[in-house]
Amino acid sequence: MPTIKVPPVLRPQTGGEAEVAVAGATVGEALRALVAAHPGTSEQLFSPEGELNRYVNVYLNDEDVRVLDGLDTAAGESDTVVILPAMAGGRR
Amino acid sequence: MEAGTLKLEEIQKRITELTPEQAYEEIEAGGDHVLLDTREPHEYAEAHLEGATLVPPAEVAERIDEIAPDPSQRIIVYCRTGSRSARAVHQLQEQFGYDNIANVSGGIVEWQQKGLPVAEAEGMTSGQRERYSRHTLLPEVGVEGQIKLLSSKVLLLGAGGLGSPTALYLAAAGIGTLGIVDDDVVDESNLQRQVIHTTDRVGEPKTSSAKQTIANLNPDVEVIEYRTRLDAGNILEIIKDYDIIVDGADNFPTRYLLNDASVRLRKPVVSASILAFEGQISTFVPFEGPCYRCLYPTPPPAELAPSCGAAGVLGVMAGVMGLLQANEVIKLAAGIGEPLIGRLLLYDSLGTRFTELKVRRDPECPICGPDAPEITESEMGKFPDYELFCA
Repeated sequence: MPTIKVPPVLRPQTGGEAEVAVAGATVGEALRALVAAHPGTSEQLFSPEGELNRYVNVYLNDEDVRVLDGLDTAAGESDTVVILPAMAGGRR
Repeated sequence: MEAGTLKLEEIQKRITELTPEQAYEEIEAGGDHVLLDTREPHEYAEAHLEGATLVPPAEVAERIDEIAPDPSQRIIVYCRTGSRSARAVHQLQEQFGYDNIANVSGGIVEWQQKGLPVAEAEGMTSGQRERYSRHTLLPEVGVEGQIKLLSSKVLLLGAGGLGSPTALYLAAAGIGTLGIVDDDVVDESNLQRQVIHTTDRVGEPKTSSAKQTIANLNPDVEVIEYRTRLDAGNILEIIKDYDIIVDGADNFPTRYLLNDASVRLRKPVVSASILAFEGQISTFVPFEGPCYRCLYPTPPPAELAPSCGAAGVLGVMAGVMGLLQANEVIKLAAGIGEPLIGRLLLYDSLGTRFTELKVRRDPECPICGPDAPEITESEMGKFPDYELFCA
């Protein structure tokens, strides 16, 4: 069961949970399992066509899945899937 | 009794000591003498007596033969305050039989207090050598690195949460020129984290408030105020004279605009952001590593990008991430260490955990990729209207 790290902006949709252990053998399956457990995350992660939204970065451990096999990247028991949104806070 | 176990006062009784004035007279008179500086190389580099040979304390016994083969040679020894040199004089006298050797009491510190001349590192005043001595003591920085900091020009986007601690520490570190872009005024709700401002300056422009604090902290630093918001019309003019840009902007349009302009002008950008209990930081050096658009090709919709005003932020998060930014700036300016190029560092303050992610150049990046269109002179400074498509 890989662990998904949930960014602050998605935590209202996961009931405040920052880390969620999910079933799945690939990054895509893990994210789908997150959506199944917390349907509120769906719209923010996936487009209506079911593609991962372009503004959401997903990492398997420290590597961007875009340079691996994308959503088909294998995710094992001890792997961490990091969902990374852009943030702009700082000045105000 | 072993020399090393003797108290300093005991040693001083057994050796000849000269006041700085006596030593100066003797050295000026010429004569056949050897002048030894028993300090470390970085201390010698800052300032030393004219004509002195540097022999760190650990090397005295080993090198004295080569420097003064004759034990009757007149030798004058000094260090910073006269203690290390007193031990060296005692050792040379007792163990090696040098019998015409003297210590300068009070060392180069007293020497300088008496106004006697020294050979100084170029580019720094005596006040600066004192102020930045804890930097120049670091072999990685040294006088050379400090001079680089003093001649650096750094532009800060915002004197807010991130900009406040960054500006304070960069000013203390002696970054010579700090430009500050901010069109906002100090609000009471800022003071929980924007530590460069003060309660009695609520309502004042943030740039002038920051300038006052910096002037009190370090008069070496020239502060240039830009009471404006960066936009496509002014960005190139504002950033062109700076060496490094620190991005703590509170909105995506400014972040994309800054990225595109800084890639065009090849300016390194240290970029951080904070929200709630989490922060991100990376250093973007154009064409050496990825740019902001390689990391985030498109901005998120508004609901995925709440501002601190809407979502809140722990005040110390601004301090932690702002100082990581200052650390990156210092390394880039001094040319030391390993900046966060191609790495994104995440900080979770609730768990006190850092996570590092790899960021790669995007071969399809529209700004820094190999197929990015060449920018002609007439296109320079023309940017798309980011406000239209950004949250």
